[in-house]
Amino acid sequence: MELQAVLMAAGGGSRMTDLIYNTPKPLLPVGNKPLMWYPLNLLERVGFEEVIVITTKEVQKMMSSDPKMKLDVKMKLDVVCIQEDGDMGTADALRHIQQKIKSDVLVVSCDLITDVALHEVVDLFRAHNATLAMLMSKAHEFTETVPGQKGKKKTAEQRDFVGVDPSGKRLLFMANEADLEDGLSIRKSIIKKHPRMHIKTGLVDAHLYCLKKEVVDFLAENKSISSIRGELVPYLVRKQFSKTANRQKMKDESEDQTQKKNDDSTNQELLIASRDESLLQLAQERSCWNDHHGDMSEAYHGGKLRCYVHILDQGLCYRVNTLAAYIEANRLAPKLFEEPAVHPSAVISEKCQMGSDSMIGALCQIADKTSIKRSTIGNSTTVKEKVKVTNSIVMHGVTIEEG
Amino acid sequence: MADSGGTDEHDKKDDVERSKSEGKELTKEEKQRLRKEKKQQKKHKEKKDDKASQESGKENKSASSAAAAPQLPTQTVKAPSAVPAPAPVFVPASSEAPASADKPTKTKAELKAERRARQEAERASKQGKKGDPGQQAASGKLKAPPSELQPVVKRLPEHIQVDNPEVLKKLAKKLERQQTPVHGATIKIPLRSDYGYKVSLFSHLHQYSRKAPLTQQLSIPSTVIHPAVVRLGLQYSQGIVAGSNARSVALLHAFKQVIRDYTTPPNEELSRDLVNKLKPYISFLNQCRPLSASMGNAIKFVKKEISNIPTQCKEEEAKSKILNCIEWYINDKIILAAKAIAASAIEKISDEDVILVYGCSSLVNHILFEAFEKRRKFRVIVVDSRPRLEGREALRRLVQRGISCTYVLISAVSYILPEVSKVFLGAHALLANGYVMSRVGTSQIALVAKAFNVPVLVCCETYKFCERVQTDSFVSNELDDPDDLIVTRKGKTHLENWQEVPSLGLLNLVYDVTPPDFVDLVITELGMIPCTSVPVVLRVKNVDQ
Repeated sequence: MELQAVLMAAGGGSRMTDLIYNTPKPLLPVGNKPLMWYPLNLLERVGFEEVIVITTKEVQKMMSSDPKMKLDVKMKLDVVCIQEDGDMGTADALRHIQQKIKSDVLVVSCDLITDVALHEVVDLFRAHNATLAMLMSKAHEFTETVPGQKGKKKTAEQRDFVGVDPSGKRLLFMANEADLEDGLSIRKSIIKKHPRMHIKTGLVDAHLYCLKKEVVDFLAENKSISSIRGELVPYLVRKQFSKTANRQKMKDESEDQTQKKNDDSTNQELLIASRDESLLQLAQERSCWNDHHGDMSEAYHGGKLRCYVHILDQGLCYRVNTLAAYIEANRLAPKLFEEPAVHPSAVISEKCQMGSDSMIGALCQIADKTSIKRSTIGNSTTVKEKVKVTNSIVMHGVTIEEG
Repeated sequence: MADSGGTDEHDKKDDVERSKSEGKELTKEEKQRLRKEKKQQKKHKEKKDDKASQESGKENKSASSAAAAPQLPTQTVKAPSAVPAPAPVFVPASSEAPASADKPTKTKAELKAERRARQEAERASKQGKKGDPGQQAASGKLKAPPSELQPVVKRLPEHIQVDNPEVLKKLAKKLERQQTPVHGATIKIPLRSDYGYKVSLFSHLHQYSRKAPLTQQLSIPSTVIHPAVVRLGLQYSQGIVAGSNARSVALLHAFKQVIRDYTTPPNEELSRDLVNKLKPYISFLNQCRPLSASMGNAIKFVKKEISNIPTQCKEEEAKSKILNCIEWYINDKIILAAKAIAASAIEKISDEDVILVYGCSSLVNHILFEAFEKRRKFRVIVVDSRPRLEGREALRRLVQRGISCTYVLISAVSYILPEVSKVFLGAHALLANGYVMSRVGTSQIALVAKAFNVPVLVCCETYKFCERVQTDSFVSNELDDPDDLIVTRKGKTHLENWQEVPSLGLLNLVYDVTPPDFVDLVITELGMIPCTSVPVVLRVKNVDQ
């Protein structure tokens, strides 16, 4: 088996507390489908047959009762429950399921809505024998105004600095502004090997990672890492250029005993142990390919740890973790799939005005003289007469009275 | 049509006999009449030939004239045997060919258009009728001798005829049908579609784009194809594993992984089932990048080893046997062969030599490293060419060892050749008629070296020897991504929209063939042989196996 998919659906939704009030984040309706459905649909379309879903007990209960999940998702979902209270980060969750992981892992977050061609990310992972391949996208300005927010709040503290090489594929540097105190410092070893680096700040991390199996084993050893995004990824990106990563014979390291103890755990992942390492080495030696030009080193600078990123220029990629993103997603999600805006089982009276941007869910009843513009109406809602619904998202099972 | 041709010949025969009786020379009017009849005959024959070799939809004049040119000589070949008439008739026949070619192209185009219209009509009617044996019998001696000739006229193998839509359909079906009934699953290898406008001379070859990898059409956790093979296919198509030795080694490595993960299904024999398992993988790799001659030989070897496994052998034992065979093959044919070749080649390198190398050949680099270790004093001139610019990698490796190098582009080869004392070239394959198939540009270098009387030595392991025969680079070649030829300087790309210009085609060839006259010596692990001894080596190899 080549890749195992893991869906992280235990997140709290800390940045959209108003919405999380009633329904947990993975089951928030977006375009009348639960949020979780979108990444699952992406995996299913690409050809995955099994997904390990890490979630809370509450979500599991609701999932089993949700008709959409049962009918549309044909894959086998292996649900693993973790405690709700937990300060369990994503990496902790991976550690939790380490026994189930038998091959390389594709980690997806439940709040990702995208139409990316997944093979682009996985091809980087396969072709370069990378340790990490991730997806990022150019951030779009949100056009919708968020109720309750005056003006545009620039979340300056949340900026990510991502450094890539001129081809735009190799990940050289990753840091969050919150971690940088006074300035951005880049090690000389990185600059020596990659004299040209493009640093981008306007990128959104899609939280879709392909990780080698050795990384999961490494996580099991190293209990200090708790979040993939916050700690593991920057660690791996840094480790690409560390001295131990580039030393050829690591077993002969008798000099730095103490360092060796600390790096013992990293040795595991860095010694990408394959029984035919010598053959691969031979093939690479005989091949007349190099990933860079201009200096005297071999392909990949002899480094065994490589991180790649695929940056999406065009196309949909949203992470629904803030209110603004939720609203935006509701507007655009229906365009992902060619489903009719109006569900066939909805009963709509004739004198109703409906804009093209709206979506009406199943079993709705919409009475006369109503006007619905740019809104999403959930399933089984009743809208009585003389109601104007503009720019809203109405959840399931709601009744809107007259006037 | 056949009958009219018969009557033409009849008349001609009478004319000839009359002319013979009147004197050796035919009168002017008779010559003209003969010419007209010959042309008519040719028209009919060309129609038949056109039906046989279906031309592509895009009809350029160059295409039609290029197609017509090889056809006319074949017609003159057919005509003599078809018409068992005395020799003098064929002098005007052969003079017909250039005469008709000299005619103004306008009328030729008109004629061709008419011919094609007639051909379409006849093809439609022919599809109604079933088979032509009746017609053939009726036409008698006109058709019978050409049918005898048919086995001699060699047709292109089907996998090359890309411009023939029927062949493409057959290929797609074949890829679909390559299934192994494992739990009823069918292995469907997707067909990679061609990209961009292909220059008409090479329309029978595939041209793929690097931006449309075959993995687009596969499911991501590839269950159908072993992940090692998918990885290898990706590396081939992106050029990460390039060079004939590297490709073979990587292929055998992937096969080892496949064999390791293989389990014999119940009621099947390992020797037969494993070979069937490998077939779709090989077609997948072929779609990613056409197989090289060295890879083909390696695959033949592996298949032979697998089918030679005795049936009573246990699975574990059989698998370890095959794995050991593969290890032996790599060790013997690649690593040890390189050592042997280096040992003999070093004798040819003397002190104060100036050696010219082209591109990045792993074997030639190995020889130069060994020679440097043995403290020979020489310097190297590395010749490079666009778009691959592989010479940069060769330059890097040589300079890293401490060898003093000069770097030029292929356009400067005649400028630099007076300094050169020897030329060392690597080969992708050695063909059975002594031709050397190598990176495009090699034959140019060999030609210029011959002009300057500089010895050309080709280094090639015997596992790259191939039974194919080729005298030109058109028949069988590889077309690389045409977008590689586009250059962006200071943000400006002039060829950005080359697809929209209807008269523009980009051609990115990968291989070319060098005739044996330009090659002085071939260094193999069996010794230093002249180029013409390649078929002997092949025969010896076949006897061994």
